[in-house]
Amino acid sequence: MLTRNTATVLLSAALVATLIACGGGEQRTLIQNKGSDTLVNVAQAWAEAYQTVNPNVVVAVSGGGSGTGIAALINGTVDIANASRAIKDKEADLAEQNGQHPVQHVVGYDALAIFLHMDNPIDEITIAQLKGIFVDGGSTTTWTDLGVDVPGCKGQEIVVVSRQNNSGTYAYFRKAVLGEEDFRLGTRDMHGSKDVVDLVEKTPCAIGYSGLAYATDHVKMPCVSTGSGATCITPSVDTAVDGTYPIARPLFMYTDGEPAGAIGEYMNWIKSDEGQCIILEKGYAPFRDVNCS
Amino acid sequence: MEQQARRPGTPVQPDFDRLNRDWYIDKVVQLLVFLGGVSAIVFIIGIFVFITREGFGFLLGDFNFREFFFSPNWRPTSETRETFGILALIAGTASVTGLAMLIAIPFSLGAAIYIAEFATGKTREFLKVTVELLAAIPSVVWGFIGLAIMNPLIIKTFDVPVGLTVLNAGVILGLMAAPIMTSIAEDALKAVPDRYREAAEAMGATRWQVIYKVVLPAAKNGLLGAVLLGVGRGFGETMAVLMATGHSINIPTSIFDSVRALTATIAAELGETAAGSSHYQALFTIGIFLFVVTFIINLVADLVVRGVRKG
Repeated sequence: MLTRNTATVLLSAALVATLIACGGGEQRTLIQNKGSDTLVNVAQAWAEAYQTVNPNVVVAVSGGGSGTGIAALINGTVDIANASRAIKDKEADLAEQNGQHPVQHVVGYDALAIFLHMDNPIDEITIAQLKGIFVDGGSTTTWTDLGVDVPGCKGQEIVVVSRQNNSGTYAYFRKAVLGEEDFRLGTRDMHGSKDVVDLVEKTPCAIGYSGLAYATDHVKMPCVSTGSGATCITPSVDTAVDGTYPIARPLFMYTDGEPAGAIGEYMNWIKSDEGQCIILEKGYAPFRDVNCS
Repeated sequence: MEQQARRPGTPVQPDFDRLNRDWYIDKVVQLLVFLGGVSAIVFIIGIFVFITREGFGFLLGDFNFREFFFSPNWRPTSETRETFGILALIAGTASVTGLAMLIAIPFSLGAAIYIAEFATGKTREFLKVTVELLAAIPSVVWGFIGLAIMNPLIIKTFDVPVGLTVLNAGVILGLMAAPIMTSIAEDALKAVPDRYREAAEAMGATRWQVIYKVVLPAAKNGLLGAVLLGVGRGFGETMAVLMATGHSINIPTSIFDSVRALTATIAAELGETAAGSSHYQALFTIGIFLFVVTFIINLVADLVVRGVRKG
């Protein structure tokens, strides 16, 4: 990870050098944008599309995780931090100490889908059942406990697939499903949303969670309900937008103070119809109704 | 310089006047070589000071010896109660390294005996080059093999839910450590003087008796050193174990359990941790622990190998 950071720094340095070199006549502005791996594909698409809107602004995007982005904002090395979780009080305090004033912008929503193997007969699951599977000391350890028999799963033991403990997705799931209680020990902690889906796809016994945008045709997504009586909602962009899907989370961008100048224009463009249609295209929900043709 | 001076017709340089260009070059090269020689020491001290400094805050603050070494609860980002127990991580690293050695020792010892005692000429050279080539495969490639080939293979063969297990990582790590162990073990066997073998053969011993009764006991220390260096390699390996173990905090009860290694934990978590937080410092404390353990293993290996040279 250190090497990735170093690479990013070198790359940015090279980019800045190039910009200074070719700057010459017209003034070009560089916006540094870093953070959440969930948002990195969208951020990249925004940066590319913005080139046609304003060729004088270059947006350099890198991933690394929500924590990394916010840490960079605290250290003052980026202009915009992407995060799939809200900034923590501790981080906000640290930022103020460093003279930074993080301002939060909701730029979209992401439905957190539950992934199951294709052969798993479960079609609907409740938040309470999920908690029983994922929480420390939870009572659900086999598929038999949930009243099903998963073909190809020896011993019916549930293979719980989670994320590494500083991922924004992990933190959101813990908050929304586990009520801030700890995950059980012995979960397989994958290092990316795509790895979760890949492992679940190949493992009949598995259950995992990740952003809806990472869904493939080779995994199953059960609908999720808040209780046994409540309606079961299928994860989709629509149910994330209208707020009916119980585990949809806002996606954030943070700037230092109210954004002004080139950064302000860029943030406004992201929130415009054009920017919001791009996030929709990438499989996430826009933060408001937009009409994209 | 000397050759120049000895050639007939060229003026002989007066011997007392050594302060010419060559003299300065000589001094500069000496200094550069000296710096190169001590740089390893400077770097190792620098690294030790760095990781100690980063981890020190944790050692003085949140560090709890009993929890750190005897609790399997590694929950550095918990909202309810942060715990920093590395017992499960130690068990993960130890189980994977142990299995790797069980696999690597017979392979590398067999290969070393064959290369050193039986193979001759082209076969021998070819084998040596191949073994060295095997050692040069990047660890991420091994990890990829574990993830993409071994994982489905283990699921199919043993009918288990997940193939990212102690077995998977142990096999991968065993194959990674074997080439290095083979090279060192072969050197150790070659270091046994031929007169030992000749004497044994003169007494009527067979090839196997010569190897088993004479060569192996004589090379004992070197072979032990090879094994220890293999252990050190396994202990410090990161990428391959991160990919092949399943990265699951778990004290294994069988080779089909997923585990998590100390090194992999640092690799997976350090990048997204706020610098200076207790999580960050705890990861550096794991780094100190790894550093100390590998240092001890390498030191013991070195002393053992040195033992054979004296004897």
